[in-house]
Amino acid sequence: MIGALQFGQDFLSAVIQAPQLRPEAASSIAEGVDHLYFALTFITLFFTFVIFSTILFFMVKYRRRAENERPPDTEEHLGLELTWTIIPALICAGLFLWASSLYFENSRPPSASTEIFVIGKQWMWHIQHPEGVREINELHVPVGVPVKLTMTSEDVIHDFYIPAFRVKKDVIPGRYSSLWFQATKVGTYHLFCAQYCGADHAEMLGWVYVMSPADYEAWLAGGTPSQSMQQSGELIFNKLGCASCHLSEGTGRGPSLVGVYGKEETLKNGDKRLVDEAFIRQAIVNPNSVVLTKYPAIMPTFQGQLNEEQVLQLVAYVKSLASEERKTEGK
Amino acid sequence: MTVHTAHPPGFAHQFEDMEQQREAGSLGMWVFLLTEIMFFGGLFASYIIYRALYLPAFEIGSHLLEVKFGALNTAVLILSSLTMALAIHSAQVGKRRAQVGFLIATMILGAAFLAIKFTFEWHHDYVEHLVPGFGFIIRPEWGAAGQHVPMFFCFYFFMTGLHAMHMIIGIGLLTVLTVMAHRGRFTPEYYAPLEVSGLYWHFVDIIWIFLFPLLYLIGGRYIGGGH
Amino acid sequence: MSTATIDVHEAPAGSHVNYLNARYGVKSWLLTTDHKRIALLYLVSITLMFFVGGTFAVLMRLHLIEPQGALVQPETYNKLFTMHGVIMVFFFLVPSIPATLGNFLVPMMIGARDLAFPRLNLLSWYIYVIGAIFTLYAVISGGVDTGWTFYTPYSSSFAHTQVIPTAIGVFITGFSSILTGLNFVVTIHKMRAPGLTWFRLPLFIWAIYATSIIFILGTPVIAITLFLLGLERLLHIGIFDPAIGGDPILFQHLFWFYSHPAVYIMILPGMGVMSELVTCFSRKRIFGYSFVAFSSLSIAIISFLVWGHHMFVTGQSIYAGLIFSVLSFMVAIPSAVKVFNWTATLYKGSISYDAPMLYALGFIGLFTMGGLTGLFLASLATDVHLNGTYFIVAHFHYIMVGGAVMAYLGGIHFWWPKITGRLYPDGWARFAALVIFVGFNLTFFPQFMLGYLGMPRRYAVYPSEFQVLNVMSSAGASILGIGYLIPLIYLTWSMRYGPAAGPNPWGAKGLEWTTPSPPPTENFEEIPVVTEEAYDYANTTVTRG
Repeated sequence: MIGALQFGQDFLSAVIQAPQLRPEAASSIAEGVDHLYFALTFITLFFTFVIFSTILFFMVKYRRRAENERPPDTEEHLGLELTWTIIPALICAGLFLWASSLYFENSRPPSASTEIFVIGKQWMWHIQHPEGVREINELHVPVGVPVKLTMTSEDVIHDFYIPAFRVKKDVIPGRYSSLWFQATKVGTYHLFCAQYCGADHAEMLGWVYVMSPADYEAWLAGGTPSQSMQQSGELIFNKLGCASCHLSEGTGRGPSLVGVYGKEETLKNGDKRLVDEAFIRQAIVNPNSVVLTKYPAIMPTFQGQLNEEQVLQLVAYVKSLASEERKTEGK
Repeated sequence: MTVHTAHPPGFAHQFEDMEQQREAGSLGMWVFLLTEIMFFGGLFASYIIYRALYLPAFEIGSHLLEVKFGALNTAVLILSSLTMALAIHSAQVGKRRAQVGFLIATMILGAAFLAIKFTFEWHHDYVEHLVPGFGFIIRPEWGAAGQHVPMFFCFYFFMTGLHAMHMIIGIGLLTVLTVMAHRGRFTPEYYAPLEVSGLYWHFVDIIWIFLFPLLYLIGGRYIGGGH
Repeated sequence: MSTATIDVHEAPAGSHVNYLNARYGVKSWLLTTDHKRIALLYLVSITLMFFVGGTFAVLMRLHLIEPQGALVQPETYNKLFTMHGVIMVFFFLVPSIPATLGNFLVPMMIGARDLAFPRLNLLSWYIYVIGAIFTLYAVISGGVDTGWTFYTPYSSSFAHTQVIPTAIGVFITGFSSILTGLNFVVTIHKMRAPGLTWFRLPLFIWAIYATSIIFILGTPVIAITLFLLGLERLLHIGIFDPAIGGDPILFQHLFWFYSHPAVYIMILPGMGVMSELVTCFSRKRIFGYSFVAFSSLSIAIISFLVWGHHMFVTGQSIYAGLIFSVLSFMVAIPSAVKVFNWTATLYKGSISYDAPMLYALGFIGLFTMGGLTGLFLASLATDVHLNGTYFIVAHFHYIMVGGAVMAYLGGIHFWWPKITGRLYPDGWARFAALVIFVGFNLTFFPQFMLGYLGMPRRYAVYPSEFQVLNVMSSAGASILGIGYLIPLIYLTWSMRYGPAAGPNPWGAKGLEWTTPSPPPTENFEEIPVVTEEAYDYANTTVTRG
């Protein structure tokens, strides 16, 4: 069905310069979302047509022919009532199940995703590849490979939206959000900010460049040589004195961070927390909210001393401190 | 033509009879109190959420409040609800002087509540630099949780302030009622304004009964200060 | 069941003493406690706000005919869409039908002389006006640019515009809604005429009742939310600003807890009007009375449970998303039931094409489309793609403009003879209805397509590939604007020059139609005793007069 529609659209565009009806579908989930979209469109147009035409039909057939006409009394019809309650309910149930299972699939990044980091700030996108390459308002990704974006904002709520991939997620200050996609077609696609964020919200645009894996590697290696995020993070770790408390042997004032990423830790108040990116960030900007048992609450906060990009670099560094066992497990 | 029978004083002509008027007034007050529950409810919900997020800071803040004044105020308010109920009862049995007396007692107790709150609590907090936006000082002994203690006090002043505003309105109502009672407007047949205002007063009392434990009492101050 | 022919008197306009001419002078209007006069006070102020908000819309659409913007700077555009939203939502849509038609008709439809608390009713109007003044002050003193949704931390810590006066204006006006809702609930419970049981009530009353429940339970929450926002902006405590420990998503939960039920405040009264129009102009009892009545109540209740569907992409857990999604699908079903019932009412009826009926029929079709496009948004997988785009804008305008405003206009036209004692020119009215229908669809249908293609909303400038659809939408908006001006002109004209209306020009059932047009101040000489079911057209001959 989509094929027919696409053909129809291509034909129309070729012949009469008609505006495009369907955005490009360039990710692994786009076709699935479009199938649901078209089903919903069909249901909408179908029922609207049915209602409108029934009304028009009745309006004409039962138009008032004389002022003193007295139509027969309305008869109750429980069967009809139940039918048109139950059938919409079933349609809704079907749509809900379809949409939810699609959403479930689309929400879970495959574990071997390439990770890229995004920081939104008024009014631009800072993109940081783990290898160290930075971009502004542009995102280069390899085709056919799952990519996971970890995102945060420096100021207000933004939203990272790539229509061609059918993905969108709010980018919120003070926390990390993530989305994933797998691009299926080499090309250039729009990137929009989709949550109003102030004066230049409409200018917070960008481009996503999907390249063949070879081209992507070349592009990564190309630009000005720079440190990887992990290396930048290590520099900050030493410069700000983190290393003086977080000795890797575990004999310092603070816990050792070797292999801490992915572990479950117990906090002083008894809560158990998974050490993920968000936890590490929280420990850096608000350490007293995540004090571990057996450790004193003496870590100072680094909020205000580090921007979100630097925090992400520190997170990358801590993640890299995998113990030998975890390295061989391959996470 | 409508037959115009003599109506009791206070009868409003959109109604058919006093009974309908009384029922409407009562239902109206209950519905109004329902909206007040939603109003305070949003505030309580936010307080509870932030308390869960910043428990150490909120416990520090809570411990800085003086339970003795909160408890005294609780007793004052409960007593005032009693005098209000007695005022209504007096009207039901037609005792004019007792009505006025109990209404005045209720007002005095309400004013006492406000006096205790404003002078012993709020003024004291102001002097101790515990009012956000008015020279709040974060004390070093609070440690790392200190940065969120102002938020506790923000909620404290907002919640008790909103409550106090409702008390002031209640005292205003009571003033009007006292004058009306003195003039003999309330009889065993007609005391709906008293009843309806009584509902309002009891509601304001009940809000305090939630505020007091939420703000002053929870936080283990009597169980070794831990959580 | 009695078969009675109701007598019809044709009297020269205003020759009898009625609520309009009973007393003269500004004071008699500004200090009135007559629900009918208060309804007219609201009509004037709400119409004013509609045209202020509408002017902003016209400016926006004119600006958007060019990709780089044709009219204003982005900062100004951002203020335009914010103020358009704030004014239309809080000062037009929420009060429109309840405060004008509701105030006028609720006592009359139930056979009462006034609402339960007339002075409170007047106070509601004054509160509305004071709130409107604060917001208009914000508009003329620099405007506000946060979006009508006031999302934090932009609104609490970054915006340099008149956030607080706007928030105060909306806060104050909220109390107007609360008191109106309170008044309606008590009136409907306690002041129904003898014999008027709940299930004999006109469905308009059921709709107003359901709306009032939402007024009462939801509005206080937005009041507290805006108050907290104001505190945060002034004192920077850290309630909503993450830089100082706050939670910006908490704001969204608090905001939408009211604002979603609010959209049902905006549509339920219109659905009530539909039931009145469809029955009168097909001369038939409504099909499925109890289903329609209960659907109003269930919409009101379920509406409180779906707010999270505005926040599917904020990073809420998948499970929260599932719950809000299933509830959002559920809330669609009672609306569908109503649409089918109205359509079935037409079957074997005697249908006339007066202007109110044209508005009603337009409503049913456009509401169906708007409501079904809501399913795209209740569906998690498609909402991810469509949230924050023009699809959302099109969806809610189909319901608010294609639905609520058309119901409002249909109701105004229907009850105009009763309210003013005058008839308006029906030819012009039908023409205007057609212009509005065409203009509306041309304005908003392209926006569905824009949204699917990926154009985000609240964009002052846009990529040039979206221009064709934007120009179509702007063309439609011009037509729609003209369409709205036409009734303003002929309705105003009719108040002076329209022919006099009899008590029942449409031949409708309902207690309000048994009074003269306009009605006397006390509504009924004697309180009627009700012995028949609602919309009992089959058993009573009611001719136009």
